[in-house]
Amino acid sequence: MSGAEYLLFILMLSIFLGFELINKVPATLHTPLMSGANAISGITVVGAVALAGTGSENMAMWLGVGAVTLASINVVGGYMVTDRMLGFFKKKED
Amino acid sequence: MTTELMTQLGYVVAAGLFIFGLKMLGSPATARRGNMISAVGMLVAIVSALLDQGIVDFTYIAAGMVVGGAIGAIAARAVAMTSMPEMVALFNGLGGAASLLVGWSALSADAAIFTLVTIVLSILIGGVTLTGSLIAWGKLSETIGSGAITFSGQQIVNSLVVLGIVGGAAMFCLNPTDPNWLYMVIGLSLLFGVMAVIPIGGADMPVVISLLNSYSGLAACAAGFAINNNALIVAGSLVGASGIILTQIMCKAMNRSLSNVLFSGFASVSTEETVVEGEIKPISVDDAYYVLEAATNVAIIPGYGMAVAQAQHVVKELTELLEKNGCEVNFGIHPVAGRMPGHMNVLLAEADVPYDQLLEMDEINPRMETVDVAIVIGANDVVNPAAREVESSPIYGMPVINVADARTVFVLKRSMASGFAGIENPLFYKDNTRMLFGDAKESIGGLVREFS
Repeated sequence: MSGAEYLLFILMLSIFLGFELINKVPATLHTPLMSGANAISGITVVGAVALAGTGSENMAMWLGVGAVTLASINVVGGYMVTDRMLGFFKKKED
Repeated sequence: MTTELMTQLGYVVAAGLFIFGLKMLGSPATARRGNMISAVGMLVAIVSALLDQGIVDFTYIAAGMVVGGAIGAIAARAVAMTSMPEMVALFNGLGGAASLLVGWSALSADAAIFTLVTIVLSILIGGVTLTGSLIAWGKLSETIGSGAITFSGQQIVNSLVVLGIVGGAAMFCLNPTDPNWLYMVIGLSLLFGVMAVIPIGGADMPVVISLLNSYSGLAACAAGFAINNNALIVAGSLVGASGIILTQIMCKAMNRSLSNVLFSGFASVSTEETVVEGEIKPISVDDAYYVLEAATNVAIIPGYGMAVAQAQHVVKELTELLEKNGCEVNFGIHPVAGRMPGHMNVLLAEADVPYDQLLEMDEINPRMETVDVAIVIGANDVVNPAAREVESSPIYGMPVINVADARTVFVLKRSMASGFAGIENPLFYKDNTRMLFGDAKESIGGLVREFS
């Protein structure tokens, strides 16, 4: 099974899963959730590498290189800043 | 095993790790590890993608990753926690831009109609996310004015832009070899992002960045369809769902519908004359100290003003002194306090306030009657009783923290100027309210000195 209907099937399941998961994130973690989501949306890098690595030095390749660069900012910056923030959250010591 | 199969299995593992990582974000105790797991998932996904046999030259990939990674790393280390909303806004925009470029780059002469439609979608959503986020960033950082920008004929201009996008997109799908239609869609999408965000005021930016967060995920999703990659679809829809949920929470906390937030800038704002009875009763730091010294239960309600005054660290000091004095201290955090969802929590966590002391509005409100002193620091609209009592008030119906139920309320405020939303606050005139005028950091610092 491949093609559009298969991708739509994946889309539907992951949207429902996303709603279930994110609804359980407490309000206190909503900022790290958003920056973590920034990092995950850097997943575009996965698609961009194949476009940037064709070696053909045409416009499509340069667009791919641009996408790799921008998405890498998101991935590295997003995960690092989320980790930095979550490091602040401490439980009360009694 | 073929490399194609390995790549696909790698994506399955990565998707599993993303999901597990998000699940662990369900509690502050496991959240940091969850973020690590999600990052490992990303690493697995990237390595799997690099196995692609179509990749013959790694030079530019490596260059892009090194440059992008370095910028990201520097930004992540340098950013102040007060500026997180701006950073998230910028990152939303970058995500949108990356998806736009991927969609554009995926265009080939022999693409099927379904692929063409998804290419247009990734360009459209990506473009709107990019420029919309840049405007949101400009408003949050006050690089441009934070007010709503409206002009006559705005609706007509917007309708024309939308029509242009739809028409251009249709023509592009019919004539994919003519790049002019594509350029038209790209240009108009970028323009539409600007047009969509300029009429929204600075106070509504938390909603806007949540929504753009969602769009950045949806753009990745559309790009995933364009290049037939299910890792992008799964990760993109997780982000899309997250942004939509946060948008809903923000809207609910302001008692407004999403369409009201997005389009209210178009309508003229009616100015309300609220008649407030009673008088302002100021209190000195000395007198405030005596009241606090006798208190056994204190609730602190912070707003963005606390962050502006950089008072969170001295607030933490006061909390410790009060606790040493045998007093219970909790923080009541309104969902829209601060400039983005959860912003106050991060600022207080940075100042070493333990997260179990940070209560949500629904937790603190039932306890308010047992509170001796509620201290409002730099918050205004989120504690405004007009939301419950004055039907003509623009914020009537918005859920607020009911500080007036506490025995005594201290409001720390610079002057009597009204809040961000410009709405009169009857709380200041209540019998049990005392105003502690001055800079929040200095006032709290004064209280700390009295205690020690």
